[in-house]
Amino acid sequence: MSDRKIPDDIKSDQNAILREAGGLLKDPAKRRLFGNILTLGGLSIATGVLIKDRNSIQTILDRVSRFNDGVQGVIFSEASRAPVYPKSMINNPFRFNAFYSVAQAPVVDGSTYKLMLSGKIRDKRSWTLPQLYALPGQISEVTRHICVEGWSEIGEWGGPRLSTFLKMIGADLTCKYVGFKCADGYYESIDMATALHPQTLMAFTFREHTIPTWYGYPFKIRIPTKLGYKNPKHVMEIFVTDDFPGGYWVDKGYNWFGGS
Amino acid sequence: MTADSPAIEATARAPVDDRKSVHPLWLRLMHWANALAVILMIMSGWQIYDATNFLHLSTPVWTDHGLVWATGIARRYTLGGWLGGGIQWHFMAMWILVINAVLYAVISIVTRRFVPQFLPLSIPGIFKDLKAALTGHLSHADIRHYNYVQKAAYLFAMADIVVLVISGCALWKSVQFAWARVLTFGYEPARYIHFTAMALLCAFIIVHVVMALLVPKTIRAMIWGK
Repeated sequence: MSDRKIPDDIKSDQNAILREAGGLLKDPAKRRLFGNILTLGGLSIATGVLIKDRNSIQTILDRVSRFNDGVQGVIFSEASRAPVYPKSMINNPFRFNAFYSVAQAPVVDGSTYKLMLSGKIRDKRSWTLPQLYALPGQISEVTRHICVEGWSEIGEWGGPRLSTFLKMIGADLTCKYVGFKCADGYYESIDMATALHPQTLMAFTFREHTIPTWYGYPFKIRIPTKLGYKNPKHVMEIFVTDDFPGGYWVDKGYNWFGGS
Repeated sequence: MTADSPAIEATARAPVDDRKSVHPLWLRLMHWANALAVILMIMSGWQIYDATNFLHLSTPVWTDHGLVWATGIARRYTLGGWLGGGIQWHFMAMWILVINAVLYAVISIVTRRFVPQFLPLSIPGIFKDLKAALTGHLSHADIRHYNYVQKAAYLFAMADIVVLVISGCALWKSVQFAWARVLTFGYEPARYIHFTAMALLCAFIIVHVVMALLVPKTIRAMIWGK
């Protein structure tokens, strides 16, 4: 079955059912019959969908999730700001969370580190840490990290805006996606609008000190307008593209936009 | 002009078919669509809840070895298989709930059905009907007209779903829907409000189903119309 066929089928089915219903509803006996058929049909569709056809229901769920990405893109407003909190509300210790234990967090050597650039970027020269630390317009913000798993904690992340960096390197800002590759094998991608949001930072600091290994050294992309899994740590490469890059958890079924 | 008179007029002018049936066809379809959406959202919500089990709940499961307490909401009561799947179901069923609710609101306004169906309502009236119900004196002769307990219960369910939607908006989009975050007194309280409203809706569903089973013609009416 082709990808586009399902919605058309459903649509024509809907029309047919409505047309038929109009005729049947006039006669009480036929009405009862219609009701029976409707119930039986509904039950068989429900059981069929739930039990026999796990793949097609998964296809529908995936498609709705992508549709919801689009809806969230529309809801996203550049003017909306994630709330900022007083330093007294910072969670200490701030929770470590990854798909591995804290002891397995990748140790990146800052002296040899180079941030790689690829995709639709004019100046693809790599950047050393001292060069990155010298980026202009650095800020530090106390924001809430919201985890998809049902908890949230407040932390403070600081660094230059990702938008400043993207403009400096001549990234094509008309592209749809900005992607990240990480030292721990993690990968993520975000929409360009969020990449350019003023609260989206290249976080070189946590609580005003160099960000430690377990929180994402040498830097993490801090996006307080998105859920935690959209905030990649240990970033080794940034790329700009129009081809949907997905993400580590996204490819397993988490919603791609993951906005809050 | 009072709110009642146009409504009564509208009823009087209603087509013959609708007057014969207890519930118009659109209402019956919407009732079951809503039931489906609510059940899918509750079960997938339980799956999402299980990712943290922030209330440290256990749920009973009947197995071959008898009654066993499972951590969180037992897997067999949840929908989605894992957190990601639960979220996908939750945000799919959300559309059924929202589209259904919007259509219900529009049709209720256009047909002017809502006000005469659910009002007037008074606290003494609720207690009077509740007493009558508990002593077996409540009349179910005309199930077209809701008694005061029914009216209160249905309005409660609707209000509760509104609370669920608002707290859900705060959890889903606490930055973009700042109004929802403000209404829930911040981000974290929204989680507790959402859960409590879910639990209250479950309580409503249990009472609702028991009541319907006690007066089976209401089930017939909600399926066939009479």
